[in-house]
Parts: sequence; C-alpha cells; structure tokens
Amino acid sequence: MNIPMEQGILLAAILFCLGLTGLLVRRNVIFMLMSVEVMLNAAGLAFIVGGAAQGNADGQVMFIFILAMTAAEVSVALALIIRMFNEFKSLDIDKASTMKG
Amino acid sequence: MNILFYIASFLAIWATLMMIINKNAVHALLYLIASLLAVSVIFFILGAPFAAALEVIIYAGAIMVLFVFVIMMLNVSGAEQKMERELLKPKAWIGPSVISAILLGELVYMLASQSVHPTVMQEVPPAAVGKLMFSKYILVVDLAAFLLMAGIIGAYHLGQKEKRNHHRYLKNENQNL
Amino acid sequence: MKEYLWLIVALPFVGSLVLAVAGGKISRLACAMIGVGTVTLSAVLSILIGLDFLNTNGTPFDQTLWQWIDVAGLSPNMAFHLDSVSLTFVFVITFVGALIHLYSAAFMWRDEGFARFFVFMNLFIGFMLILVLADNLLFLYLGWEGVGLCSFLLIGFWYKDPANGHAARKAFIVTRVGDTAMAIGLFILFMSFDTLNIQDILKSAPSTWAVGSGIAMTTAFLLLGGALGKSAQLPLQTWLPDAMAAPSPVSALIHAATMVTAGVYLIARTHVLFDLAPIVQTVIAVIGAVTLLIAGLSALNQHDIKKVLAYSTISQIGYMFLALGVGAWSASIFHFMIHAFFKALLFLGAGAVIWALRDEHNMFKMGGLWKKMPLVFWTFLMGASSLAALPLITAGFYSKDKIIWLAYASDQGSGWLWLAGVVGAFITALYTFRMVFVSFFGKPKAEPTKIPGMMMTIPLIVLAVLSLVGGFIELPDTMGPLTLFSDFIEKTLPVTAIADLGGTTEFIFQLITAVVVIGSVFLAYKLYFNKTFPATVPQRNPLQQFFFEGWGFDRMYNALIVTPLVFLSTIDKKDFIDQFYKGLASLAKGLNSILSSTQNGKVRWYAMILVLGAIITLTIILYP
Repeated sequence: MNIPMEQGILLAAILFCLGLTGLLVRRNVIFMLMSVEVMLNAAGLAFIVGGAAQGNADGQVMFIFILAMTAAEVSVALALIIRMFNEFKSLDIDKASTMKG
Repeated sequence: MNILFYIASFLAIWATLMMIINKNAVHALLYLIASLLAVSVIFFILGAPFAAALEVIIYAGAIMVLFVFVIMMLNVSGAEQKMERELLKPKAWIGPSVISAILLGELVYMLASQSVHPTVMQEVPPAAVGKLMFSKYILVVDLAAFLLMAGIIGAYHLGQKEKRNHHRYLKNENQNL
Repeated sequence: MKEYLWLIVALPFVGSLVLAVAGGKISRLACAMIGVGTVTLSAVLSILIGLDFLNTNGTPFDQTLWQWIDVAGLSPNMAFHLDSVSLTFVFVITFVGALIHLYSAAFMWRDEGFARFFVFMNLFIGFMLILVLADNLLFLYLGWEGVGLCSFLLIGFWYKDPANGHAARKAFIVTRVGDTAMAIGLFILFMSFDTLNIQDILKSAPSTWAVGSGIAMTTAFLLLGGALGKSAQLPLQTWLPDAMAAPSPVSALIHAATMVTAGVYLIARTHVLFDLAPIVQTVIAVIGAVTLLIAGLSALNQHDIKKVLAYSTISQIGYMFLALGVGAWSASIFHFMIHAFFKALLFLGAGAVIWALRDEHNMFKMGGLWKKMPLVFWTFLMGASSLAALPLITAGFYSKDKIIWLAYASDQGSGWLWLAGVVGAFITALYTFRMVFVSFFGKPKAEPTKIPGMMMTIPLIVLAVLSLVGGFIELPDTMGPLTLFSDFIEKTLPVTAIADLGGTTEFIFQLITAVVVIGSVFLAYKLYFNKTFPATVPQRNPLQQFFFEGWGFDRMYNALIVTPLVFLSTIDKKDFIDQFYKGLASLAKGLNSILSSTQNGKVRWYAMILVLGAIITLTIILYP
C-alpha cells in the first residue's frame, strides 16, 4: 500500500470543507453540530495519514485525544441544545441572536 | 489495495455531501454514520487498526447514539417544511459554498505545490500506540481524563430541569444558564 | 475717606465672585445678604465719600490701582477719577442699585436661579461703577462692554424660554454696532493724542484739533454712535422694548436708571470733543428731539405696561440728549438723576403689580387695583406725576422744564427744539396717566393673589419721596434761583451759555409747559378714567398699529439687514469647506453603521467571518 500522503491530506481537506459548508448553511443547530463532527473527523483523518506516513504511532495517539475531546464536547453541546430548546421553543439558531443581558 | 482507498474516499465524500443537504435529521444522521464507517475503512487501509476500531466504537457508536437520543427527545424530525424552504433558496447556500470552495482551493494549492513523494504507508499495531501513549504522552492522557470529567459534570448540570418550587412571579429570577 | 474709593468698586465684584463660587451651596438668606449687602455697603461708602468730597470743595480726586497695559506707547492704568459728575453717577448707581437689590431679594425669592441673579446683578453694578469712575477711555470701554455682557445675561435670565434668549441676543448685537463705532473712535483718539487718559485728552484737544475739522467731527460721530447704541436712541433703539423680557428689577436697574444713561455719561465726559464739532452737537439735539417724539407716540399705543415704560425711557433719554445737544450739560445730568428715581420707581411698581397678578403684563386686563394695593398705587402715582412733570410738586417738573427752557434759550437752541420738547411733554403726560388710569382704576378684572411685603415696599416709598423732593435742590430763576446742583456739576462741566432773555420770557414759557401738562392729564382723565375696556389687546387703526410697532424700525432692519445676512450665512454653511467636514462626519457615521452590523449576534455569521479570516491569512502567506 503506497498511497501518496498528499492524496490522504487532500481527502481530509475536502471533508473539512464539506463540513464547513454544512456549518455555514444550515440553520438547525443539530445539523450544525453534526457538521462540526465532520470537521473534527476530517482533522483526525489528517493526523492518521501523517502518522502512517512517518511510520510511528503519534498520529493515532493524537487521533485518540481528538476523539476524547469530541466526546466531551458533544455531550456538553447537546445539553446546551436541550436548554436552548426549552428557552426558545425552537432549534433555529438565529432565534438566539439577541445580545441583551 | 489502492483502488479500495479511492472507493472508500468517494463513499465518504458522497455520504457527507448527502448529509449536509438532507432535510430529515435522522436521515442525515444515518448518512453521517455511513461517512464515518467509510473513514474507518480508510484507517484500516492506512495501517491504523486501533484508530479504525475506535472510530467505529466511539464515534459512530457512542456519539451518534447521543445524537439520536437528543433528536428523539426534541422531536425534531417533524419540522421538514421549514428547512425545505430555507435550503432551496440559492442565496442561502451560494455564499458559504463559494467561501468554502475558496478555502478548499487554497488548501489544494498548498498541497499541489509540494513535490509528490510516494510514501509507503506502514502498519502501526495497537501495542505501539499504547506504549507511546503512556510514556511520551502521559500528561495529555491525564488532561484528557480531566476534560472528560469536566464534560460529564457540565452535561449533568446543564441537563438538570429547574424543578424548584417557586412562585410564578419570581420565575425570571430563578432561571440560570 | 476718599482713599476708600476702590472699595466701592471692589465690593460688588467680591460679592459676585463669592456668589458665583458658593451660591449654590449656601442658604437663600445668605445669598440675599451677600448680594444686597455688598451694594448697600457701596452705597453707604459713596455717601460718606461724597460728603468728604463736598468738604474739600469738590476738587477732583484720582486713585491709581495698578498699571494695566504697557505696550507700544499705550499705557492705561486701572485708575479712578472722582469729580462731581462721576460722584453723581456713583451715588445714583449705588443708592438706587441698593434699593433695587433689596426689592429683588423679595421679588425673586421663589425663583430657582436666585444666586445666579445676584451674581449677575452685582457684576453689573461693579462694571457700571468702573464705567463712570474710569480715568482713561480703555478702562471705560471695559466697563462699557461689561455692562453690555451683564445686560445680555440678565435679559436672557429666564433662559428656558427661547424668546428671552432672542431678546438678549438682539440687545447685545444692536449695542455692538454702537460699540464698534466707539472702538474706532478710540483708535482715532489714540492715534491723535498718544494717550487715552480722559483728562489729558480734554486738555490737549482744543489745541490739536480745529473747531469743525474733519477729524473732530468723525471722532465725535463715532463716539456718538457708541452712545446711541447703549442709550437706545435713534437709530439703534430697537432693542430696549424687547429687553422687557427681563425680570422687572433688571429693567429698573439696567434699562431705566443706569446702563442706558451710559451714553449720556460718555458724551458729558468727552464734552470738549463735542464742543469742537458743533455740527455733531446739533445732530445730537435733533436725534434727541426726534427720538422723544417717536418713542412718546409709540408709548401711547402699547398695552403691555412694561413696554410703555420702555418707550418712556427711550423718550426721556431723548430729553437728556436734547439737553446735551444744546449745551445744557448740568440740566442733562440733573434730569438723569431725577429720571433714575422715578423710572426705577415706576418699573418696581409695575413689577409689584405683575408679581401680585401672577405675571399679567397687559394693562387692559388689570383694573381696580387702587383699592387692593394702596401702597403700590400711591407710590406709582407719585412716580407717574414726576414722569409727567406735574408742575411745582414733582421733581420731574423742575428737571424737564429746565431742559425745555434751555432748548430755547441756549446759544445752540432753537424754537423747533423747544416745540418738540413741549409736544413731548404733552405726549408724556398723556401716556403716563393713560397707564395709571387703565391699570389702577376701572372695574377689577384680575385679583391680586399676594400683597408685596416690606422688602418690596420700602424701596418704593424711598424712591417716591425722592421723586417728589429731589427737585428742590435746583429751582429755576423765576422762583428765586437755587442752583445747588448745577453749581456742583459746573465744577466739572462748562456752564451753559444762554442768551439773556429776561425773567418774564422764562415765566411765560414755564406757564405754557405747565398748562400743556395739566391739559394732557385732563385729557387722559376724560379718555381713560373709569371707562370699561374689553379685557384684551385694544383695537388699533393702521396709524396706531404703526406707532405700536415702534414706527416699523424692527421690520425695516429685519428686511434690510437681518434677512440678507441670514440668507448669506445659509449659503456659506454649504460651501466646500463645510462639505469637507460634513463629509468626514458622515464617513465616520457610515463606517460605524457598517462595523456595527457585523455584531449581530448570529453564530453562522461569526463562523463565516472566521473562515474569511482564515482565507485572508492563507492568501497573505501564499501570495508571493
């Protein structure tokens, strides 16, 4: 298996930009969160590609940490989304744009 | 073996694209899971079996299940017309798409300007990962533990319902976020 | 005693400063005591110094405080020069001023700007004293400008009503025209004499300038311009009726007794220059005569009681100018003193009526007040009689009659001036008693809600007594001549040169004046006594309307001067320099609105900005 490292990184870049587009376009906050997951996953893919190209395990270790961080972030974010839904009775993120208080 | 890589990457891109266009939350979630599984295959090809396993177990297994629970709690799947209206208008997606395309173009330009060196992807067994993690990166492991603990406590606190008895005129004072 | 002269001037300034700094923090009673007390002390001091002055046979007294300016040959001092003329003025200013301050402590008691009022009033007294005591023309000009400033501040005292501010600005700007003329006159004087010290100029003027020369005439005209502005004579008289927006004590002090007589003082002080320009003296007399007729006819058609008194002031100062114009210097000063007494009394009395009727100015809405406010009525009547120059018993008769007689008998007088004076006396008596009968008699239309207390009535009584007996120090030749006052003044000013026409002519002329005045009072009685008037502004035929508007001077100035200037300024506001600065301001506003729209609270918007930032950073890195 010799896949050029640049192609792996290119795949990661494409996935990242797709996730970014999803983040910018969607108004539903659950979809935005899912797009963020895609972006984080793409970053992890880039790490793994780098680690495999160098032949050491550093890439996988970074990927594990990214995973741990993602898990914590998702749980807190979902709790916040539940609170937001209780407050504004809708998942439209533009409803939470008043800056008073 | 290389062809497998290209098939899996095409699947990942296609699944992600379908996810961000979809109107139904649960359908989008399933597309996302498909994308994650494709990426896991890519990990296997690149010789990182441990990462691939973790991707399936934790990412597609735990985190996506969390999403499913929340969507189920909030009953989101019903609101299809609103999202349909807002997505179909071109002025909604043209701007961000252009911006992302520009970013992608710049990244591609950066990648293309480097000389292509055909690297040989090597397999890294889980034992090597474990050895490295607990010798060189031991501090980061502890920090990750802190992070997870904080996440648990934060999620617990934020998820509490306000169940204190209060007079309805005092309701505004007792809301905390 | 005379070395305390500076204290007379310093006390009001100190009072003003103390009240300006601490007026808001001390009690109202303390403010009143400081404000009234300083001027009363000045009055007492001026009486004492006056007695000392008389004891030393009236020799002029100079007191230098310090060197003020010393540059390029101009070195005026801050110095005072006391002689009989300035002593008369100082006495009137401080004595009448003290009475008016006492009155205004009661009048303005409920006003929220109480301390500010006394700051301005004391400041005014200080500047006026500087004006009359200055020994050089620059110091006099300082006092001149200072009283103009205080007049502006006091006319616009109730600043929350924009009409008052408008009246204050009008007063300031119109007098400014005169002040500019005076300043140019001062420039010419300095150029010719290398000094501005008054006594030095008066000594060297006859030898430096020829009688009737161009430069003398020009300077005299310019100084006359300044006097016309301050004293509200033709053509700069339009500001005084509008200045009645001030509180009544202010009108009494500034626009009756003191500031408007500053022009008279100036001309009397620099009389040598006017002697060198006989044409200008004739112009002064003619202006005085014409003004007194115009103002008298205007006063006859007013319905606001304070406007009647304002036009009456213009008219009486016309008499003083008439006297100055024919060379009757001491008669003019005499009339000034008596006029100060009765005009201040009339303004204070009118103020008491307005105060009691809760700000009612229209005479035709008053009535029947002679029973309700007897003290005010009797003092007002005494002041009115003095103004109308009721024969023999009032001081006004002696002073006005002297002027009328000298308008005929003086070397520079003429029959026409005498006729103007007599007709003016007729009109004066007519409008005065019209005012008295309409305001105080007839059916009562408004009830006085409060009766003036002692602080307001004591000044009225004192001034009423002075209006009646003040004239007895100067009796004409036909009554056994008693020339106490003119002897006193003639230590400083020249004796009036009169043609000797004999006593009988004088007696006949006095009789004519007396008959005219009594006839006018009788006519007023017939027309206005106990008649019922509708409680509104009276109907006026076009001629009366013309007189009411002050002979259309306001309209003429508005059309000729004000409107073109405003038009030109509006054009000038839009020229390219202004556009540049306005463009800067709108650029800042535009940038602000653009930048503030980036803070709209939308998360997706912020995310997009993040991505844009990343793109820009990458572009910068990749570009070369």
